[in-house]
Amino acid sequence: MHDLIRTITLQDYNTRVVVFGVAALGIACGLVGTFMLLRKRALMGDALSHATFPGICIAFIIFQLAFGTGGKQLPVLLSGATVTGILGIGCVLLIRHSTRIKEDAAMGIVLSVFFGFGTALRGVIQKLPASNSAGLDSFIYGKTASMIASDAWTICIIATLSAAVVLVLYKELKLLCFDDHFARGIGRSVVAMDIVLMGLMTVVTVVGLQAVGLILVIALLIIPPAAARFWTDRLGMTALLSAMIGGFSAVCGALISAVVQDMPSGAIIVLVAAGVFVFSLIFGVKRGVVARAIRRAKAREHLDSDNRTTASVAS
Amino acid sequence: MIFTWTILDTWIVATGAACAMACAVLGNFLVLRKISLMGDAISHALLPGIVTAFLITGSRASLPMFIGAACAGILTAWLAEWLRGQGKVDAGASMGIVFTSLFALGIILLSRYADAVDLDVDCVLNGTLETSVIGDTVTWFGRNDIPRVFVVLLTVLTINLGIVTLLYKELKISSFDPQLATTLGINSRFMHYLLMSLTALTTVAAFEAVGPILVIAMLIVPAATAYLLTDRLPVMIGLSLLIAFFAAILGHIGATGLPRLVGLNDSTTTAGMMASATGVIFTIVMLLSPKHGVIARVWRRRSLSHRIVSEDVLGVIYRAEEDDRIATPQLLMQIIGRSGHTIGKTVHRLIRKNLVVSDDQRTMQLTDTGRDAAKLLVRSHRLWEQYLSEHTTVAADHVHSTAERLEHVTDQVLRNKLAVETRSQLDPHGRRIPQE
Repeated sequence: MHDLIRTITLQDYNTRVVVFGVAALGIACGLVGTFMLLRKRALMGDALSHATFPGICIAFIIFQLAFGTGGKQLPVLLSGATVTGILGIGCVLLIRHSTRIKEDAAMGIVLSVFFGFGTALRGVIQKLPASNSAGLDSFIYGKTASMIASDAWTICIIATLSAAVVLVLYKELKLLCFDDHFARGIGRSVVAMDIVLMGLMTVVTVVGLQAVGLILVIALLIIPPAAARFWTDRLGMTALLSAMIGGFSAVCGALISAVVQDMPSGAIIVLVAAGVFVFSLIFGVKRGVVARAIRRAKAREHLDSDNRTTASVAS
Repeated sequence: MIFTWTILDTWIVATGAACAMACAVLGNFLVLRKISLMGDAISHALLPGIVTAFLITGSRASLPMFIGAACAGILTAWLAEWLRGQGKVDAGASMGIVFTSLFALGIILLSRYADAVDLDVDCVLNGTLETSVIGDTVTWFGRNDIPRVFVVLLTVLTINLGIVTLLYKELKISSFDPQLATTLGINSRFMHYLLMSLTALTTVAAFEAVGPILVIAMLIVPAATAYLLTDRLPVMIGLSLLIAFFAAILGHIGATGLPRLVGLNDSTTTAGMMASATGVIFTIVMLLSPKHGVIARVWRRRSLSHRIVSEDVLGVIYRAEEDDRIATPQLLMQIIGRSGHTIGKTVHRLIRKNLVVSDDQRTMQLTDTGRDAAKLLVRSHRLWEQYLSEHTTVAADHVHSTAERLEHVTDQVLRNKLAVETRSQLDPHGRRIPQE
């Protein structure tokens, strides 16, 4: 009991670092995810995060071969992740624009081929003499507990920067999401804005890899904004709510994972987010299932009473 | 070191190929219906189903595992559809929400009860084709070394091929035109869920042998590759099967070859390399496909632009000759509005084709063949001008630019029709329309 209170009140240094880091990550993902969702590119994060895996492995192998050790230097691995991640997004766009293959198949091709190549490289790494590849798995499933203060600060800086970019380019991003033809019409470069958005997504995904893993970081980009949509129709409000839901899920998940044994933090963060999503889906005041059912019932009643009036007038 | 092929290699490739082909045949319909990522979603979401089946029955027996995974697969398809339809969530997002949540649930179950289920995360998520063909064998047709996974995957391949053959027409119509399918009395929803069930079935069967990532690759990549090669569905299905088969062979060879790049005499994950092999085949086809390939497209665009400039040059020289003027490069550049470099190259091409002669490099004349070609072009142009000013409200001084574009795509049949429609010897500017 004492431990529980210690953890929840953040008296423990390690817990404090982790909670601080994942909260920043959740907020950043929620913010960026809002625009990805509205741009109808929700699953682009899926392709991107899978495409980072071979980069991590290549960076690991190169370092291992060149320096003997040190292949687990985080900045090195994350640079590799960024390179193949961007390459992956580039391939999706290239396939979509230069062939007749649709975007969903293009994303599927990139994510499966890149990730498949990554697993093959991981197989190579496991056979390398004197290498410890155990750390690589934390990029797939995530390992919040391994987060140290400098990681948390990195995530925090990235989150602040993305928030700043979103604030500065708010009007442009809004235009991009709701009416890209109009944006083109008034002379804004849709391509440049798309690149900014994809860049933001790449950055938050790469820093999120280590915390929640490459499969579950997708969830942090998709679930909070989708949940926020049930509460409001205003973009600013959606982005704010989405960031809050992202941060809330991350903090709850990290705390639960710290208190309960054998609870992988990445997965529990996603489940908390999913819980918030289901709650919003049912009770959301704007587009929730209950709210819409009530609106429908009211409309029917109104229609019925109108019909009764008409009928009585007619008779 | 020379690659030595053993009976084990044959089984690895045969199992991989059976799995790849079982996926590829379904993939055609997933790609055509633009729900490719459903394969991705289902294969991730199977995890909780499999773990739950383990927890309930406490065994690694295939049947409970299969039922658990099939339930999870169909649940994913249904939930994603419900979120999209009733929850009004974006289609991609609804898929992403469902599969990440279910996957997270699976991960938690796995790590909570890891001791109880005796299930290796690595094995479930990456598949170990190399080891799964050893040991666990069955006797079939008098042979006792046939791997069980091979028999399972071969059965799934047969089921998939059988159902696709039986319901070919229904699947085809509901994939290309769901509305038409509904009016014809075909239940599109049923077809959708049938496809989803088959995908779940295939994924489950492939799970222990090759892992989900190869399933996703094989569901999407061979079919997408075949889609770049043909416009006919039966051919596309056949090609996707062939591509899947070759990817399995190439992948296995690659798995032995890749570690040598870093100086290791060992092999790596075959499933991962099979997925990579599909990527290599896709890239080659994407570049080289005769009809839909990138190079073919660039080439077609280039030759079209060459043809248009060539025709423009011929037209300008013809009009100059009509007026007894001399066609010079400057005149060409001024009227056509392209760079001197482009004009120069085009004129050289025309000289090579013996359509234009240039005695002193400064002036150009048409040869007889060149004049015939130019005459047809100018005829098209003036017929269009006359037609547009007679039959549309476009003013006579505005028809030129439209005719300038249409002249390049007008053939003899169209010219004759225009001539019948206009019945004029002159264009709106009073110039004679040349006869063929």
